[in-house]
Amino acid sequence: MTLLSELNALAGKTSDTAPARPVRPLPVAVISTLTIGVIIGLWALASAYALVSPVFLPSPRQVVLALYNLVVKGFVDSTLAEHVGASLYRIFGALIASILIGIPAGLAIGTSRIGRGILDPIVEFLRPLPPLAYLPLVIIWVGIGEASKITVIALSMLPSIILSTSAGVRAVSKDHVNAARSLGASKAQVLREVVLPSAVPSILTGIRIALGAGWTTLVAAELVAATSGIGFMIQSAAQFLVTDIVIAGIIVIALIAILLEYVARLIERRLVPWARHIG
Amino acid sequence: MSILTFRNVSLTYPAGTSKGGASEKRVLDGINLQVASDELVAIIGRSGSGKTSLLNLAAGFLAPTAGAITVDGAPVTGPGADRAVVFQDDALYPWLDARDNIAFPLKLRGVPLPERRAGAQPLLSRVGLADAGDRRIWELSGGMRQRVGIARALAAEPRFLLLDEPLGALDALTRTRMQAFLLRIKAESGAGAVLITHSIEEALLLGTRVVELSPDPGRLTAEIEAGFNAEILNGASVADVKASPIFKRMHAGLTGLIHAGEEELAA
Repeated sequence: MTLLSELNALAGKTSDTAPARPVRPLPVAVISTLTIGVIIGLWALASAYALVSPVFLPSPRQVVLALYNLVVKGFVDSTLAEHVGASLYRIFGALIASILIGIPAGLAIGTSRIGRGILDPIVEFLRPLPPLAYLPLVIIWVGIGEASKITVIALSMLPSIILSTSAGVRAVSKDHVNAARSLGASKAQVLREVVLPSAVPSILTGIRIALGAGWTTLVAAELVAATSGIGFMIQSAAQFLVTDIVIAGIIVIALIAILLEYVARLIERRLVPWARHIG
Repeated sequence: MSILTFRNVSLTYPAGTSKGGASEKRVLDGINLQVASDELVAIIGRSGSGKTSLLNLAAGFLAPTAGAITVDGAPVTGPGADRAVVFQDDALYPWLDARDNIAFPLKLRGVPLPERRAGAQPLLSRVGLADAGDRRIWELSGGMRQRVGIARALAAEPRFLLLDEPLGALDALTRTRMQAFLLRIKAESGAGAVLITHSIEEALLLGTRVVELSPDPGRLTAEIEAGFNAEILNGASVADVKASPIFKRMHAGLTGLIHAGEEELAA
């Protein structure tokens, strides 16, 4: 028997003993969809058989209807689009402000001893604070208008942008920096052409985390002091026990958060395709 | 003709630093070396012999504790485009494509985008990547990436190329191809070169001279005129050169020399 035929025989043996067609496992997406379906089903059953008072738990149908009315007629003087618009205006205003402050601050912490000395304690103080703790102070300082809400949201976004920027800056490859220096780069050029671009993936991750933190803060801030916005809408509805609008509002908040996360990831993939291919 | 000179160069890491450890550590001691721009000086030595420190001194990433490094008489005070470094793991910028990586030194000089892209094209051709300019770095093989790294260094129009194990991470076949390529490119550029390598064979093949560094502290212990690079540049194949009796004899001699040093240290 030649070596080749021996090998073939061996291969044949293994395929004989190999198990018949493997069972294909259920994809995660299907499991998730089923779970959501079951939850909505249980919810519908609970309200159909009046297990819970409709004041506490309106039926899914009622919530959908409430959502429709929100879109068409609105609630407390504004339509759903206007409430969502007010909230998004605040969150993106705060995002721009926190990027404008956070990236330079993160660069300063990541590149300079003095910068780190000055800014580190401030960031470390701010980071663990729940934004609602300083909201009253911010209202005293800048009033009850848009400025206070944008300030509080921006403050809640700042730490993750600053920390992710400084982490990205500190993680820059030494060879990348040395290569630029040996090719004739000045200190400013190293910062602009090497350090900053290599920190972009980390900065984008920080922005994504900041958006999540900001969205949480936004809804909370609107619960306390606002005349429009998705958080305000829920708070007003709760005061009048309009529970279907409360639930509809919560669903809208969740959907927007998921959408923001998705868009942020999309931007990440577009802007820094290389981040997935290194170290 | 440019000359890179090490005059009585010593390097000591002070105690308490990460490299120095508990007591101060002398890495290089009394190095005297001259590299002319028509030469490729290969530096061999075991790990820890200070090869990379020597290159970092030449690049200006480190300053000598004693002695001086000069280029054509002018002291080296920091990194500069006259001494471009090629790194073992290419150090290419993944956010730039191959062409923009090569054009990077031109960008640093303030050359506008269209001109520097045009300027990169001949270099791409020279390293055999004429059609790969738009490729992303991660789409290139190890050998191609190292070609881009070498082209980027050449774009700085250096007087010296400082090659830090540029072929060290390549597979054996690619490495052999790249050795002949490196010689040709170096000769065309007119720049002098310092090559750090672990491979005695590579040092003998590529070096005009081969210099051995012995460790603890790093001292220049042997210097050999090789000259096989001229044969390769004249058309001889790397394989033929490696098979020649004289190459084998020199290889054996140099290997023996390094081992003798090791035994001396152990005794």
